[in-house]
Amino acid sequence: MSGIIKFGVRPEILASSAVGGYTESKGNLGRYFDLTDPTDKFGKKTFEQAESEMQRLALNFALKKSGLGPEDLEAVFAGDLMNQCTGSSFGLAGFGIPFFGLYGACSTAAESLILAAMSVNAGYFSRAAAVSSSHNSAAERQFRFPLGYGCQRPPTSQWTATASGAFIIGKGGESTGVALTEALPGRIVDKGITDQSNMGAAMAPAAAATLYTYFTESGNHPDDFDLILTGDLGREGHEICYELLSSSGLRLGENFTDCGILLYDSEAQDLHSGGSGCGCSAAVTAGFIMKRFAESRLRNVLLVGTGALMSPTSVLQGLAIPGIAHLVRFSSL
Amino acid sequence: MNLTNTEYKKYVKKHAVPSPVIKDTVKAFAAGGTICAFGQVLQYFYLWLGMEKEIAPVMVSVTLILVSVVMTGLGFYDSVARHSGAGTLVPITGFANAVVSPAIDNKAEGLVLGIGAKLFSVAGPVILFGTLSSVVYGVFYYVLKAFKV
Repeated sequence: MSGIIKFGVRPEILASSAVGGYTESKGNLGRYFDLTDPTDKFGKKTFEQAESEMQRLALNFALKKSGLGPEDLEAVFAGDLMNQCTGSSFGLAGFGIPFFGLYGACSTAAESLILAAMSVNAGYFSRAAAVSSSHNSAAERQFRFPLGYGCQRPPTSQWTATASGAFIIGKGGESTGVALTEALPGRIVDKGITDQSNMGAAMAPAAAATLYTYFTESGNHPDDFDLILTGDLGREGHEICYELLSSSGLRLGENFTDCGILLYDSEAQDLHSGGSGCGCSAAVTAGFIMKRFAESRLRNVLLVGTGALMSPTSVLQGLAIPGIAHLVRFSSL
Repeated sequence: MNLTNTEYKKYVKKHAVPSPVIKDTVKAFAAGGTICAFGQVLQYFYLWLGMEKEIAPVMVSVTLILVSVVMTGLGFYDSVARHSGAGTLVPITGFANAVVSPAIDNKAEGLVLGIGAKLFSVAGPVILFGTLSSVVYGVFYYVLKAFKV
């Protein structure tokens, strides 16, 4: 039984946009954001409200680019890293679009894309949006220490991106020329990693499992793709994922990389293993990757959104961090 | 790919880039030493000002706390601490930072349930177990003294 979903009517990306914070603006992909705010607050009082504002701005930019209004969207699939998903619900409430709140940890960008594409493909909606975000300061407060607390982070730790990405998906119309052609929903993989500062290692087995299943079942070859992009494994998780796949006889080439590695200049910005968070893969894909498609420099890309499905409570109780990885394929029309 | 959880954990541990222990230790030593030397200079300064011998060391602690608190408030204590590690954590500066950073952080949740409830979220365990161990120490001290050991 194949788990790969093939989208028959090719749901297209009508528009996409990316919004980011200060660290992101100084990273490798700073120029691919539609808006960055050096204060990380986006004119709001708290970082949590700033995250909501990022989602609002991202969807607004995407709507503007597509020439559509909120009334043209029949659903929005959105998620973030905050408790009870308030980043999305508070940020998108004003649009009045039927709303599905998702939690897939950092895999939410891929998860929301798959769900939006599936519902458009099935004909339930003619247009739907997929939005996700993370805010470094909001996530640090929730998962780790207070922001001003002085501590050292180990080399395997990652930096939660302050970013949001929005996609508008529909059938035909004024499109960016990119369609979602395939998807492979991931299974939860728990390899017993409990170290919160090595989430790359917690998520890598899930990413490897999804990629292995995809290439085995689809019959496609890794060289068929311009890019095979994991969501936020960082350098550490990326290397582990590569080695896990190699040991299973699937050797990926130079086209295999990771949004968390691309987003920052980790060495110069002292961000250790790289970026993470829902906003990381969302913004890298919605900003950088879509731009490259528009320039015809990319034609075929796999995004494997990776998520670490823990909560602050589960970590304190000593439970392992399960990983998940959803795959989605972008092809130019 | 078919590693058991135990094998995978072992592999991950081996794969992980270790923290640069020697570099971190040297930096911590330098930072901690600088803070302590600064404290000593302060003490001489306060004595020179004519403070009493018992008051001057207390004033040194108060000054170091103040410096740490102001640095946390201005937002660059953590930028220093990410390099200095235990060098800024172990002296009284680390404790001050651990109390002030949640206070700033939780301001938005209100005075009582924000600042009040979260103030000791990092330093709380230190205070609790510090007080407890002083009680244990006191009991031992009392017993040993009673038996004139």
